[in-house]
Amino acid sequence: MDAEAAKLIGAGLAAIGAGMAAIGVGNVFGSFLESALRNPGAADGQQGRLFIGFAAAELLGLLAFVVAMILIFVA
Amino acid sequence: MAAEEGKVDPMHQFHIEPILGSQNWEIAGFNIAFTNSSMWMMITAIVLFLFVWGGMKRDLVPGRWQVMVESSTGFIEDMLDANIGKEGKKYVPYVFSLFMFILFANLLGLLPLGIIGVHPFTFTSHFTVTGVLAVISFAIVLLVGFWKHGFHFFSLFVPHGTPLPMIPIIFPIELISFLVRPFSLALRLFVAMMAGHVLLKVLSSFVIDGTNAGIGFGLLVGLPSFALMIGISALEILVAGIQAYVFALLTSLYINDAENLH
Repeated sequence: MDAEAAKLIGAGLAAIGAGMAAIGVGNVFGSFLESALRNPGAADGQQGRLFIGFAAAELLGLLAFVVAMILIFVA
Repeated sequence: MAAEEGKVDPMHQFHIEPILGSQNWEIAGFNIAFTNSSMWMMITAIVLFLFVWGGMKRDLVPGRWQVMVESSTGFIEDMLDANIGKEGKKYVPYVFSLFMFILFANLLGLLPLGIIGVHPFTFTSHFTVTGVLAVISFAIVLLVGFWKHGFHFFSLFVPHGTPLPMIPIIFPIELISFLVRPFSLALRLFVAMMAGHVLLKVLSSFVIDGTNAGIGFGLLVGLPSFALMIGISALEILVAGIQAYVFALLTSLYINDAENLH
């Protein structure tokens, strides 16, 4: 296989990571909403934790994007 | 990867070009020309200054502008109070400036000024800029931690109740997770902003190329892509706010570690 083709396939495979992060972010917000509807009084106090969880899940997806960008434009 | 003729190059928007000065303006090998990046940083700082200045009237019954400014400072104050406690009050100026600077930079970079020929430059989509912001936050954490707790600060790397045989394993793991913080902080903001802008430009090339290929492709590809672009633009405004908030939130959490250990 050509090196250029391998790079592009690798970048495409890195997109799987973005999809996985989407599952993670959806999980964070979904679980938050589920429990916030059960106890709306406690929901506002947990918003900081919600965004920490979101940031942690999102970072991994962004890393997958960085891998793809490095493969296409740098490597 | 150079763009071919008539194609939209999604990476061109991140080019740094000198506006004032040239490649020859150097000090110790570093170029000091006034670039579009520095220009947009200045614009952001000026807009932020005007925004805050307009709300500093101290009226007993605040007008709309004053409410806008006071609620944004109050928002940061509440966040620091919830995360750090009453010690957090002295960090309000720093975290407020950080939050508003990043927020304004993100939002100004999204302005559709391209219609009138001015191209906004999102400097938060450059790792050097976000890296410096993250290093400032990290430096404050280190300074406060060592100033306040001395070498006791290292107990941050050994959580409470760690069994003695586990300490040699836990310590390096916690140390690495601590040292990687400025990196992840900078990377998150930079990639989130860059990814959104690249996505918008890729979609815009779908619209342009699709419409150029004829009316059939224009209706089939161009129109849905254009609708998607409008949706993504709305999402980008949300992301601009969330990323600024996350940056400020994580900074306050890290400062909390330095203030209170754990």
